[in-house]
Amino acid sequence: MKLPEIAGLGLAFVARLITGAQGHWVGSPPKAEQRIYFANHQSHFDWVLIWAALPRELRAITRPIAARDYWTASPLRHWITREIFNAVYVSRQRTDDEDPLEPLMTALRNGDSLVIFPEGTRGHKPEPAAFKAGLYHLAEAFPDVPLIPTWIDNVQRVMPKGEVVPVPILCSVVFGAPLALAPGEDKRAFLERARTAVIALRSAA
Amino acid sequence: MGSTLRNLEVSQQVGLLFVGLFGLLTLASLVSFGLSVRDRGAAEQALFERFQRELRAVWVAAVLFWVAWASGAFVSTLLFGVLSFLALREFVTLTHTRRADHRSLLLAFFAVLPLQYAIVATEHFDLFTVFIPVYVFLAIPLVSAFGNDPQRFLERTAKIQWGVMVCIYGLSHAPALLLLDLPRYADRGAFLVFYLVVVVAAAQIAQEAASRWLRRRPVARAISRSFSWRAWWCGALAAALVGALLYWATPFKPVPALVMGFLAGGSGSFGAFVMAALKRDAGVHSWSGRPSVTGAVGLLDRIAPLCFAAPVFFHSVRWYFGF
Repeated sequence: MKLPEIAGLGLAFVARLITGAQGHWVGSPPKAEQRIYFANHQSHFDWVLIWAALPRELRAITRPIAARDYWTASPLRHWITREIFNAVYVSRQRTDDEDPLEPLMTALRNGDSLVIFPEGTRGHKPEPAAFKAGLYHLAEAFPDVPLIPTWIDNVQRVMPKGEVVPVPILCSVVFGAPLALAPGEDKRAFLERARTAVIALRSAA
Repeated sequence: MGSTLRNLEVSQQVGLLFVGLFGLLTLASLVSFGLSVRDRGAAEQALFERFQRELRAVWVAAVLFWVAWASGAFVSTLLFGVLSFLALREFVTLTHTRRADHRSLLLAFFAVLPLQYAIVATEHFDLFTVFIPVYVFLAIPLVSAFGNDPQRFLERTAKIQWGVMVCIYGLSHAPALLLLDLPRYADRGAFLVFYLVVVVAAAQIAQEAASRWLRRRPVARAISRSFSWRAWWCGALAAALVGALLYWATPFKPVPALVMGFLAGGSGSFGAFVMAALKRDAGVHSWSGRPSVTGAVGLLDRIAPLCFAAPVFFHSVRWYFGF
């Protein structure tokens, strides 16, 4: 085993020790196929929690999205996101000649699974904010990839905004039934449908 | 026969205890396997599945216990520390805390818990008794107050305090038994822990069976439908009986062993009753062994009797030997 693998196992163990990181597969089985997971976003810990809740075989093929300017700023951050998580880097500054979704599209063309937080930023309300259009564009470009709604429960208590040390509190991650873009479906209607699907999982948590 | 057993070498006694324990468990598993092929109704099936879950939990506990025994007092203390951590994690999940409590919770988990167990391991029994009830009692509200949030302040700090008392302070009395320096009983503290765990478990099982069988009027229907005085007596007396049967492994004579078993088993059953009230308060109805709302697996439920029985037993032992 190489160092990143060991570090990854250690990190997953710590995440499970602190939060339990229980994965509940209510609408889709854990399966090694290409998928896009989309989830509510409340804390920096969200990605680690989803990642730890996935079975080990799925962790290797499931990639997070990381902001390039922040996550490549120091060698350690860069190493963690690159070697352990195999993150897809995106730039936050928009330039005219570059599509911000291009790195995601490339990853999907390679057959990788992605975890995205379509709210775009961390929320602090019980319900997630309106979803950004990125999810719609990905669904349009890759109609064959199942979109899995995901609800992360309780994580805001583990690490509220502004704190750096997580408190041990049990959390769960609920994976719902796959969603697909209906032919000719309106962008706003689709995004609202996706958001409702995520919220609906709260009762299963 | 008692005196023969009593005069055995420590290693022989341990061997006998574990052979007995694992023998009983194997027998129970075989019976359970035999029963598993039979047809039964839905209610019976649910009961049977619950029995199987409990049996699995007992197996895990017995193996852990054996590992802890084999590797000495330090590992046992560490093991109870881990149990405390998992129980407190579950407790905090069930209670309502606010953002401002973040630092007090960190204090409880990452400072108080390791310190309390370090105090146990280094045998500072005076500090061990006052550390949480006095110093931590003062420190937690202070840290919470720095969180700058007056809303439900007393309620929040009281809950954290309570969780720390039960999950850390109460449970830490179990490994403290390992280190008690009893007359003519050096290096045999693990027997006391074994005695405590077995007696408390016996009380739980007997009480559960009695409440199903007797169907008496519950004492507090809103809290537990199964807790009746007669069932409690059955549990405590069963604990007393088991305690007396195990007397050869303890520093007690048969009658004191009986009384100790009664005290530990009875207080353990009260602990389970209090935990039932807490469950109702948190809105968790069924929590035994099944992942619930929070994904909690019911560890707290299982060790709550021990958390209540351990301090009572610990101090009874100290009083009995007059120190």
